[in-house]
Amino acid sequence: MLAMQKLSHRLANPSNFMALSGRLLPLCCGLAALLLIAGLGLAFFGSPPDYQQGQTVKIMYVHVPAAWLALMIYALIALSSFTLLVFRHPLADVSAKAAAPIGATFTFLALATGSLWGKPMWGTFWVWDPRLTSVLILFFLYLGLMALRASIEDEALAAKLTAVLSLVGIAILPVIKFSVEWNSLHQPASVMRLGAPTIHPSLLWPLLVMALGFMALFAALYLKAMRNEILRRRLKSLRKVAATGAGAALSQQAAV
Amino acid sequence: MSAFWQLLGRDVLIAWKEGGSIGIALGFYLVVVVLLPLGLGPDLNLLARIAPGVLWIALLLSALLSLGRLFEADFEDGSLDVLATGALPLEAVAAAKALAHWLTTALPLIGLTPVLGLLLNLNPDAYGVLLATMLAGTPAVSFLGAVGAALTVATRRGGLLLGLLLLPLFVPTLIFGIEAIGAALTGADSFRASFLILTAISLAAVVLAPVAAAGALRFQLQ
Amino acid sequence: MDLGPHAAYIWSAYAVVVVTLAALIGWLAWDGRRQQRWLEEIEARGIRRRSEPTEV
Repeated sequence: MLAMQKLSHRLANPSNFMALSGRLLPLCCGLAALLLIAGLGLAFFGSPPDYQQGQTVKIMYVHVPAAWLALMIYALIALSSFTLLVFRHPLADVSAKAAAPIGATFTFLALATGSLWGKPMWGTFWVWDPRLTSVLILFFLYLGLMALRASIEDEALAAKLTAVLSLVGIAILPVIKFSVEWNSLHQPASVMRLGAPTIHPSLLWPLLVMALGFMALFAALYLKAMRNEILRRRLKSLRKVAATGAGAALSQQAAV
Repeated sequence: MSAFWQLLGRDVLIAWKEGGSIGIALGFYLVVVVLLPLGLGPDLNLLARIAPGVLWIALLLSALLSLGRLFEADFEDGSLDVLATGALPLEAVAAAKALAHWLTTALPLIGLTPVLGLLLNLNPDAYGVLLATMLAGTPAVSFLGAVGAALTVATRRGGLLLGLLLLPLFVPTLIFGIEAIGAALTGADSFRASFLILTAISLAAVVLAPVAAAGALRFQLQ
Repeated sequence: MDLGPHAAYIWSAYAVVVVTLAALIGWLAWDGRRQQRWLEEIEARGIRRRSEPTEV
């Protein structure tokens, strides 16, 4: 716990973060590549077709990790927001801002792959089953975060208001999931259940490897996005200095 | 405590005297409900089946219209700054405004609902349940709406953004409201559970939303 | 490799994932290079974090 605190203290300095992330980034990239290649190999050459769904179960190997990430990233944003509002950690907003578009992307992927999985399985590209519906609403939550931030010019204010919104979102998210699942329980059973209740090990292993690969990939994307954001902020403050410096120089010239 | 009632009374009075925004909300409610048979065809059986959902959704959209202005007037003319430094905590201010919205917008909309139910051939047995779910569920709409309004009070095109922010938050209320109506009509056991959850969500919103709304307002009033 | 009657859906799903992630990676890489380039330009002009003291 103390080590975590000391680490977060050191990382509060952007330069330290840049140094550390600069070393971590290639590691994450390498790890992601390794895991994803291994996962794809297992998926396509090491796993059998599902007895119910045939080969289309292979879509699960990208759909499920994407959906897991979509949820985890939102939780990460909520955690960053909490850290911003309660501890005022300097990098908390960088984290939240960097993670949002990545989270939205994985949510989109979960929806797209889910839809492409649904067509051969249920005959339509979209079904209001609880899982897909929850992911769709999660997508709107992400869009709301990004839209709110974009609508506020003052960056510090945008950081705080977006933080409030993400905390409201994470509080409501379990209620939304519960309500959507409740809804499907009481609707006439026109929706087929997704796959067998327990997953066979020959399907589980590729799934886990792919999931880990996705997570390593996210770590790489997240670190890169945070680095970009830190550079952007540094650039912005330097430009301000340049502007005021030039202004001061001009007014000096005029005074001469 | 009297400051709370004073603020509430003042906001309700303003809304009534101005009249415009209540009228607009009711008008919008009517227009949306009328559009539906025009778009879906006048098949009375179809309309009867979808009436509860249509009425709930139209009510949500109409409430959304007026939520954007919840804090706007007071924010712009500085009254909100005065209120923030006054005796009443900002959370209570937010709660008073949300309650005023419920009284002056949600209740009239609920009042118009039976008439609109006639237009949609609503099942006669459903009137009571529909109104009950609306009464139980609309506090969540007004209070969660206050959070959205607080977050967007300073943005110019806040209205569209507000819809995007709030609609996910309204989903549980909508689902449990419709579920309760359906269960009541078919005599299913789940009516009690759905209705209680609907009410619980509203109560939670009444207690927690003012905290979030006040927090958002404080950041913008500094 | 025979992916059964729904092979097109499987390929499309993987294609969507690959294309989208490639776009995301590309955007992050491009944006990073862009910021880095601008930073180097502005630092070359001698602008530092705190403005230089000017002679009066």
